[in-house]
Amino acid sequence: MVQVTLSGPLKTAAGGRASVEVEAATIHQLLMRLEKDIPKLKPLIERGVAVAIDGQIYRDDWLRPIPPGSEVVLLPRMAGG
Amino acid sequence: MPLDANLDPRTHQFKVVGTRPLRPDGVDKVTGRAKFGADATAPGMLVGKVLRSPHPHARIRSINTAKAAKLPGVKAIVTRDDFPETKDESLKDVLYNVMAREKALYDGHAVAAVAATSASIARKALKLIEVKYEILPHVTDVDAAMKPGAPILHKDMITDGVEPAPTKASNIAAKCEFGHGDPDEGFKHADHVIERVFKTEATHQGYIEPHACLASVGTDGSGELWVCTQGHFMVRDTCAALLGMDVSRLRVTASEIGGGFGGKTTVFIEPVALALSRKAGKPVKVVMSREEVFRASGPTSSTSMTVKIGINKAGRITGAFAELRFQGGAFTGSPVVLGAMSAFACYDLEHVKVVGYDVVTNRPKQAAYRAPGAPMVAFAVESVLDELAARIGMDPIALRLKNAAKEGTKSSYGPTFNRIGLIDCLEAARKHANYKVPLGPNQGRGVSAGFWFNFGGQTCVSLNVNIDGTVALVVGTPDIGGSRASMCLMAAEELGIPYDRVRAIVADTSSLGYNDISEGSRVTFSTGLATIKATRDAVTKLCARAAKIWGIPADAVTWENGYAKPSGPNAGNFEPLSLEDLAKKAAKTGGPIAGHYEVNADGAGVSFAVHLCDAEVDPETGRVQIKRYTVVQDAGKAIHPSYVEGQYQGGAVQGIGWAINEEYIYGKDGRLQNPGFLDYRIPVASDLPMIDTVIVEVPNPGHPYGVRGVGETSIVPPLAAIANAVSNAAGVRMTHLPMSPPNVLKAIDGAKGRGARR
Repeated sequence: MVQVTLSGPLKTAAGGRASVEVEAATIHQLLMRLEKDIPKLKPLIERGVAVAIDGQIYRDDWLRPIPPGSEVVLLPRMAGG
Repeated sequence: MPLDANLDPRTHQFKVVGTRPLRPDGVDKVTGRAKFGADATAPGMLVGKVLRSPHPHARIRSINTAKAAKLPGVKAIVTRDDFPETKDESLKDVLYNVMAREKALYDGHAVAAVAATSASIARKALKLIEVKYEILPHVTDVDAAMKPGAPILHKDMITDGVEPAPTKASNIAAKCEFGHGDPDEGFKHADHVIERVFKTEATHQGYIEPHACLASVGTDGSGELWVCTQGHFMVRDTCAALLGMDVSRLRVTASEIGGGFGGKTTVFIEPVALALSRKAGKPVKVVMSREEVFRASGPTSSTSMTVKIGINKAGRITGAFAELRFQGGAFTGSPVVLGAMSAFACYDLEHVKVVGYDVVTNRPKQAAYRAPGAPMVAFAVESVLDELAARIGMDPIALRLKNAAKEGTKSSYGPTFNRIGLIDCLEAARKHANYKVPLGPNQGRGVSAGFWFNFGGQTCVSLNVNIDGTVALVVGTPDIGGSRASMCLMAAEELGIPYDRVRAIVADTSSLGYNDISEGSRVTFSTGLATIKATRDAVTKLCARAAKIWGIPADAVTWENGYAKPSGPNAGNFEPLSLEDLAKKAAKTGGPIAGHYEVNADGAGVSFAVHLCDAEVDPETGRVQIKRYTVVQDAGKAIHPSYVEGQYQGGAVQGIGWAINEEYIYGKDGRLQNPGFLDYRIPVASDLPMIDTVIVEVPNPGHPYGVRGVGETSIVPPLAAIANAVSNAAGVRMTHLPMSPPNVLKAIDGAKGRGARR
C-alpha cells in the first residue's frame, strides 16, 4: 500500500483528508486508483497534477515505479516561466 | 536520468563543460543579421491590425464591419464569429482572451482584426468598424474585487476549492491551502510575533521584442507560421485547435527571440494572424505595438498579502502563516498556488499554513513571469523575517541559517527535501566581502533567500554527424537564454571534440518531435539531458561503425577524446579512428551517422538563492539607488558559467525594476495610464551597480552532470532584499511595491507623523 499525502486543492477535494492509502506500483496506477476511490479528485487529476516520490517531483512520468515505503505527495500541476 | 555513476561534478575534470566560449548567435545579434519575429516577409504579404476595447468592462452588443470591408485595400476582417466555440475546457479562456466574445473584459481586449495591403489602410479600417458597447462597472484592484458587491466579471464563477461550494458567483476563482501543523499553536510559543500586510503592483516582463508573427494559410488549408515565442510546438497545437486545423497541416518556426521571461508562453496574435490569412488567402503579418504589449499581453499578478511569523528568543521560527490574494486579470489562473507552495519553502517549520485566493479583475490575463508567484511572496515573508531578526538583535543571515531547510526537511508544500543548497548559499553570502562593506549615510543592507521548483518536460533532440566531422545539433526549445551554446558544450563534452565543432539550431515543428515550451528553467536541464543522451546514441553508432571497419565486436570499441579505440589489448591493435575519419567513411560504411533521444524529463531539482543588497535612500526626494548587489545561487553544475551569471544578473535587474519603479497604473476609468517605456520605468544601465555573482554547485541527482535550472530562482529574492535594504536605510518598513520616490517619501513622512521611525 502507498500512503499518499494530499496537498492544497487536492486535500480540499478529498474532503479535507490529509492522506489516503491506495494500492499502486506506478504513478499511473496511483492516479487511476485515486480517481476511483475519491471521484472529486478526478477533475483535478484530469486538469493536471504532480507527484512527489521521496522528494523528487514528477509531473508526467506515469510509468515511474513507486518504491515500497516511499514518501508520496500529490501536488497541483506546476509550471514556470 | 540520474547523475552519472561515479561522476562528482564538483571534482570531475570536464574538458569543455564549464568553459566560457563566445555565444554562437552573438555576431548575428550585434550585426542585425538575426531574424526576429517582425523580420520575416512573404510575397503579397498583408498587414494585420487588431481593434481593442477602450473599456475595461463592457458587453459587446454588436460589431458592424460593413464599412471597413468596403475600404479599398482591406482583404479580410475577423471577429468573434470567426473563432468557433471550443469544447476543450483548457482552451476556453485562451480563446476568449484572443478575441472577446460576449464581453470585453479589460482595456485592450481584442474585439476585431483587419488585414489590409498597408498599415495605414488597416488602421483606417479599424476606425470604420462600429462596435456597440454596453459599459459595465469595472474593478481592477484585487482587494476591491474580493469585496461583496464588487462588479462580477463572470456570472458563472463559483469559487473552486471551497467546501461546501458557494451558491453565488464572485470574482474569487479558487481558494487553496498548504502547510502542516498549527500556526496558532506555534505562535503561543513565540517570544515575538509580527504580522503585516503587503501589496505589490502588477509588472510586465519588459521583453524588448514585441509579439510578432507572419502567418500564411494556403487554399488547401495548410499553414505556416513564423513567430516570436518561447514554445512553437505549443503555438502550433493551440492555434490548430482554435482554428480547427490538423496539427500536421500547421508548421511553426520560432524566430530569434528578444526576451520572453515567461510572457511568451501563450498565444495572443498568432490565431488572429492565421484566421486573417485563411480568410484573405494571403500571408498576414501582425506586430504588436509597445502599447499593445502593455495593454493586451500578459503581465504578472498584482497582489495583496498578509504574513504573520512568530520566533523565540533564540531566533527559531515557531509558527508561520500567510494569506495571499492574487489577481490574475480577467481570467482564472493567477500564480497564487505556486506562491502559496513556495512562500515558506526556504524554512524548516513545524507549524506553517498558507491560504491563497485566485481573483479575477478587469485587467489583461496574466502570463507567467520568471518563477511565477514566488517573488511577491518572498517579498512579504522575507520582510517580516528581516524585521524579526532586528527585533531580537540577530544577524539576518544567522536567523535564516538557524531556520534553513536542508536534506530531510519536510517542505511547507509537502515533500521532504533531498540534498539542497540553501545552507551552502547562506554560508557563501555570509562570507562574501560585500556583506562586510561599511555602509554610508542613508544606506541600508538587505538580505533575502529565495526558492524555486524548476521543471523538466517533453524534449526531443537529434544530432547529425556531418561529412567533415562537425556536428549539427537539432533542438526544439527556443533559445531564450543561451541554450544553444550550453547544448553545444554538452555535446562536445560527450564527443570529446572542441566546442566550435558543434552547431545547434532550433528546428521547426515539422522537423522534430514535440518539445515543451522553454519555460520553468527547464532547457539546460531537460534539453541538456536529451542532448547528452542523443550524443551517447551517436557515439554508440560511431563505435559500432569502427568495429565494423576493424572487424571486431562493437563492445570491443570505446570512445575517448574524439576517437574510437579498441577497448583493450585483446580487442586488437588498430589505429584509433577520429570523428572526422568515421564521418568521411560514413557513406561507404552504412550511411549517415546520427543520434537521437526523446524524453519527458522529470527530476529537475529545486534550487535556492540568497541575495544581498545595499541601497541608499535620498530622504529629500525618496529616490532609491542600488549601491551594491550580490547574487548567490545554486546551479547544480554551471555548464556555461557566463550564461549562468547572466541569468543571475538578469533576475536581479528585473527584480530591481519591480522593486523600485515598475507598476501598472490604472485610472479610475479602468484604463492603463502608462503603456510605454517612458512612463513604465524599467532599469537602464545607469541605474545599476555591477551585479556580483557567486555560483554554488550542489549537484542535482536527476541530471547526468548535476545541472539545476537557473533561469527563474534569481528573480525570487530581489524584491525582498531591496525592500529590506530600503527599509533599513529609510528607517521605515516598506510594505508596498514599487518603492518609487513618491511612495518612499510617503512612507518616510508617514513614519515621521507616527513617530515610529526605528
